[in-house]
Amino acid sequence: MDLVYLAQAAAAESNVGNGLVYGLAAIGPGIGLGILIGKAVESMARQPEAAGMVRTTMFIGIAVIEALALLGFVLAFAI
Amino acid sequence: MTPFLAVEVTYGGEFEGALDNINALFDMPTLVELGPLSINRTILIAFLMTGIAAFLFFRAFKSPTVVPGKLQSACEMVIDFVRGIAVDIIGPVKGPKFVPLLTTFFVFILFMNLAKLTPFLMLPPTSRIAFPLVLAVTAWVIYVSVGIREQGFGGYFKELAFPPGVPKALYLILTPIELISNLLLRPFTLMVRLFANMVAGHILVVITLVTIHVFLYPRPGLPVGILALLASPVVFIFELFIIALQAYIFTMLTAVYISSSVEPAH
Repeated sequence: MDLVYLAQAAAAESNVGNGLVYGLAAIGPGIGLGILIGKAVESMARQPEAAGMVRTTMFIGIAVIEALALLGFVLAFAI
Repeated sequence: MTPFLAVEVTYGGEFEGALDNINALFDMPTLVELGPLSINRTILIAFLMTGIAAFLFFRAFKSPTVVPGKLQSACEMVIDFVRGIAVDIIGPVKGPKFVPLLTTFFVFILFMNLAKLTPFLMLPPTSRIAFPLVLAVTAWVIYVSVGIREQGFGGYFKELAFPPGVPKALYLILTPIELISNLLLRPFTLMVRLFANMVAGHILVVITLVTIHVFLYPRPGLPVGILALLASPVVFIFELFIIALQAYIFTMLTAVYISSSVEPAH
C-alpha cells in the first residue's frame, strides 16, 4: 500500500480521462480570460473615467468565455 | 474516489461515507414522498433560504422610514445595486421597469448560492439542474416576449435572423448562427454557467473538508491535513466571491439580453 498502488488505483478508476477533458477544455478559455482581463485593466488605467463601462463589458466577456470552460467541466462528467 | 479511500486505509482517520460516485454529493434521499413533488434535503434548503430572503425583505420594507435602519438600508443597497445594473444596461427610460424582475433573480440566486457556505446546510440548491433551468427559461421567456412586444413579432425575428449592415451573401452563414446563438445558446449558457459553478464549488468545499477530516490526525498524513486546514479559509472566501459573482453575472446577462430585445442593434 504505497504511492505506486495509489497511482494504479487512480488509473484503474479511469477518471483520468475526465480530468483530461476538463484540462484540455480549460486551455483556450484560460488564454482568452488572460487577454480579456489584461486589456480591460490596461484600458481602465488609460482612461479611469470609462472604468465603469469597461468593467461591465469585461464581465459580459468573462461570462461568455467562462461558458466554454464550464461546458468542458459538464461534459467531463457526462462522458 | 477509490484513491481517496486507499489513502484513508493507509493513514487512518475516520471516514464513513464512501463517495463512490459524484452523485452521492448531490442526490439526497427523499424525505416526504409526494410523487413528482417529493421533498428532499435540497428542497427543504430552498424553502428555508427563500423564507429567510422573504422575511428579511418583508421586515425591511414593512414600515419604511425616511432615515433607514440597518436592515432597511442593507436591502435598499441591494435594490439600488440592481437598479444601477438595469439603468446602465437597459437604459434610463425602460430600465426601471425591469428592476423588480432583476432584483428577484439576484436575491433568489444569491440566497440559494449562500446555502453552499451556510453551516449545517452546506448544499446549494442551484447545484441541481432544475433551479438554473427554471431561472434560465424564465429569462428566455421574458426577453423573447419583451422583444416581440417592443418590435413586433416579424420585426423581432427579422432583427434576430438578419442583423443589418452585412453583405447579403453572408446571411447564408450568419442567419443560422444568429438564430441558434440567440434562441438556444443564450439560455443554455445561462443555465450551465450557474449550474457548473455551483457544482464545482460544492465539490471543492467537500474535498477540502473531507481532506481535513481524514488527514488531521497525528499520523504520517498530518502535513496534508494541516495544508488543507490552512487552505480552507482561502477556499471559503473564494467560494463567497463566486457566489456573489454568479448572482451578479446572471442578473447582468439577463439585463443585456433584455436590452438587446428592447432596442434594435445599430
